[in-house]
Amino acid sequence: MSWTRICGFDALLPERGVCALVDGTQVALFRTYEGELHALANLDPFSGAYVLSRGIVGTRKGEPTVASPLHKQVFSLVSGRCLDDVTVSVPVYAVRVGDDGHVEVSLQPAMATV
Amino acid sequence: MNRIVVVGYGPTAHRLVESLTGKGFGGRVTVIGEEPRPAYDRVALTSYLSGTTAEDLTYEVPAGVVTRLNTRVTGIDRQARHVTLADGGVEPYDVLVLATGSAPFVPPVPGAEHAFVYRTLEDLDAIRVAAKDAAEGVVVGGGLLGLEAADALRALGLKAHIVEMSPWLMPRQVDEGGGSVLKAHIEGLGLSVHAGAGVQEIVTDDEGQVRGLRKPDGTLVEAQVVVFSAGIRPRDELARSSGLEVGPRGGIVVDPAMRTSDPSIYAVGECALAGGMVYGLVGPCNTMAEVAADRITGGSSTFEGADMSTKLKLLGVEVAQFGAMEGALDVTYMDPVGGVYKRLFISDDARTLLGGICVGDASPYTSLRPFVGKELPASPSDLLFSGAGASLDLPDEAQVCSCNNVCAGDIRTAIADKGVTDVPAIKACTRAGTTCGSCVPMLKQLLEKSGVEVSKALCEHFTYSRAELYDIVRVRRITTFSELISQHGHGRGCDICKPAVASILASLHNGHVLEGERAALQDTNDAFLANIQKNGTYSVVPRIPGGEITPDKLIVIGEVARDFGLYTKITGGQRIDLFGARVEQLPEIWRRLVEAGFESGHAYGKALRTVKSCVGSTWCRYGVQDSVGMAIALELRYRGLRSPHKLKSAVSGCARECAEARSKDFGIIATEQGWNLYVGGNGGFKPRHADLLANDLTTDELIRTIDRFLMFYIRTADRLQRTAAWLESLDGGLDYLREVIMEDSLGICADLDTQMEHHIATYADEWQATLDDPEKLSRFVSFVNAPGVPDPSIVFGSERGQIKPVMAR
Repeated sequence: MSWTRICGFDALLPERGVCALVDGTQVALFRTYEGELHALANLDPFSGAYVLSRGIVGTRKGEPTVASPLHKQVFSLVSGRCLDDVTVSVPVYAVRVGDDGHVEVSLQPAMATV
Repeated sequence: MNRIVVVGYGPTAHRLVESLTGKGFGGRVTVIGEEPRPAYDRVALTSYLSGTTAEDLTYEVPAGVVTRLNTRVTGIDRQARHVTLADGGVEPYDVLVLATGSAPFVPPVPGAEHAFVYRTLEDLDAIRVAAKDAAEGVVVGGGLLGLEAADALRALGLKAHIVEMSPWLMPRQVDEGGGSVLKAHIEGLGLSVHAGAGVQEIVTDDEGQVRGLRKPDGTLVEAQVVVFSAGIRPRDELARSSGLEVGPRGGIVVDPAMRTSDPSIYAVGECALAGGMVYGLVGPCNTMAEVAADRITGGSSTFEGADMSTKLKLLGVEVAQFGAMEGALDVTYMDPVGGVYKRLFISDDARTLLGGICVGDASPYTSLRPFVGKELPASPSDLLFSGAGASLDLPDEAQVCSCNNVCAGDIRTAIADKGVTDVPAIKACTRAGTTCGSCVPMLKQLLEKSGVEVSKALCEHFTYSRAELYDIVRVRRITTFSELISQHGHGRGCDICKPAVASILASLHNGHVLEGERAALQDTNDAFLANIQKNGTYSVVPRIPGGEITPDKLIVIGEVARDFGLYTKITGGQRIDLFGARVEQLPEIWRRLVEAGFESGHAYGKALRTVKSCVGSTWCRYGVQDSVGMAIALELRYRGLRSPHKLKSAVSGCARECAEARSKDFGIIATEQGWNLYVGGNGGFKPRHADLLANDLTTDELIRTIDRFLMFYIRTADRLQRTAAWLESLDGGLDYLREVIMEDSLGICADLDTQMEHHIATYADEWQATLDDPEKLSRFVSFVNAPGVPDPSIVFGSERGQIKPVMAR
């Protein structure tokens, strides 16, 4: 698995997203209130705009989520599934904090959260 | 049978044709009216003097109905089945409906030709003109309409007198005890009451100017305006001349199907004599119209008389009467100090409620009227003294809305079968509460008792409504979302509760919306202080208060748009919107704008947007006040005020209303004397004209009233509830709102004032503050790992010489 170094952990604020450009792919990175990291594709499949990193982070029945800023569909940060429309999901990427304290992303599909 | 002709176009005729079209009647319906406009709301007639326009009061003509206005019917040819018109034309019918209404009764006293009556908009126009040069006015007749006319004279600035033949006012609604309490109330307002007095003559001077009214005892009541409101007479002349049966004291005789003595002619409303009675109230007249429409379309309903119960608020006094005005037993509560009189009439076995009279507190009307003729639900003293009536269960057959004849059972059916869950839905479904509105509290109660669980929970994270959360935050002085959700909620929030709480925190504490944890609560618009567009770019709207802008500032906006390649469009709120900015461009754009003296326009926020204005008295030859100056003052006062939803306003410099203020959350229209304030207007998905809250306010009064209106709305509205919907759902409606913010009935005005002062004192431009803070600015990047790289997915084409977004698919 190849990892791309993105930014310092502190550049991610609790319950806010940022967007990273990884080999030409837009990745939305999120840090939950508890400090867990999640990475999804930044492309909102409903609108076709690259905006998911700018959605509101929250929870639905305990599952961490982000809501598209355009039409508010909610996606699971864990599975990438759209919780408002089961036929839609977005890619989930692996994300971790590297040895030097930096956040790293891998474009290979995530098997589990880190 | 396919041609229906209706003679007369008042509210009853309107109800009839509305009902016919509603039943899908496929033939031709023609309404012939002598007034210059379709039917209008006569119940709200007096509001015409305080700024409501004729257009506002006028009912919409149902689709497909043919109207002939300004047209008098001169005769009915029952053999040929047509009516003849004053212009010589004829209108053939298969069914004719007479809805000719009534005329005010003017007693034949000398000088009566100099007096006015109080029935049509034209009557009110004439009274308004006459009042301009008058100091005192007298109304003959102390009934419901007479008191309303007296109130109107008072509102026109006259000292008003009321002359009533009976020994006390409103003899048809109240007894002597109630009359004395009513009189005290009215005299307390500066009106004089001459009860037990008739009219000898109207006295005029040599030039024919009215000087006053002479009573039979010879004394003169000085007045320059005299208005007769001494009862009505049915307009039955057409029926009479065509040989239809009329009553000995007037009125077209009808059977319970509303048919006259000619089976193809019906009569409805105030011209009809049904069961020996002429009815002058909107409720029974509507019922007659419904019965006639049902019969014409093959139904079998009947009019069996009507409940003449009344509840109204006149000159600030509640008066109500229901059921009988006498009984074997009665229980009376009288408090001359508090100005309250309540009396219940009961059968001789003390078990059955027969009726009641209320002055000063009409609450028993709402709770007890449905029990008339039924067993008393509690002891009379409990009902009168402790307000036990409020929680009673109504029997299904109890009438809840007397204007539209809707029973408790009808409402329960609507709730159970049609799934309605709120008062507006009940109104739409059953028509209950749509005429006078006095039954709305009862509708609410039925809804609550029906067991329909109307969840007020904001979302899965909070079981509270927005208004409840607002109070929690306010009373417990909570300053962060984390504090609120850990103590009063569950989980970590979502896109519903987070912006709502962010708005509450902003309303209560002000401070920057991107400060610390609050930044994570904001929708993307607030997070980037700009409006997101379909391709993920943002638009920028600098504040242009009142829509007034200097050429230099216009040039700056043009230069910024040109330099950043933005699409420009003029908004509906008299501002300029600049589209197509990428997140990393926003600070650079705003640095230029702030340097030129612009500040955030909050187009992205649930906050005050703009206060639109017409050009006003400075330039306009019609303007009576400086609407631009007022709009700028208001926009600067309320800028940055976060609220449950966006707030829009406008100021018009005269009654021509070029600023469209009545489509705004709060709209101001200049008058010769000051400002009229309208609230609860809305454009958008469901347009609503704003209601007149107060008229002829001074500038100070205007601002204080708006301050409180806004703060009360912010305190009590639901999430994303515009002022229009909020006002519709407010228990007690506009009257209640007036009591709270103008009479301080809840004792919260000082609090509301302080809160607004705090907002104004702590306002700071969000964009200026963002530019000054590297921490906040650091969020305005395209990619956290490549801040200088523009988002490659954002592509523009061109259209009409400007950019437009191009989506990848």
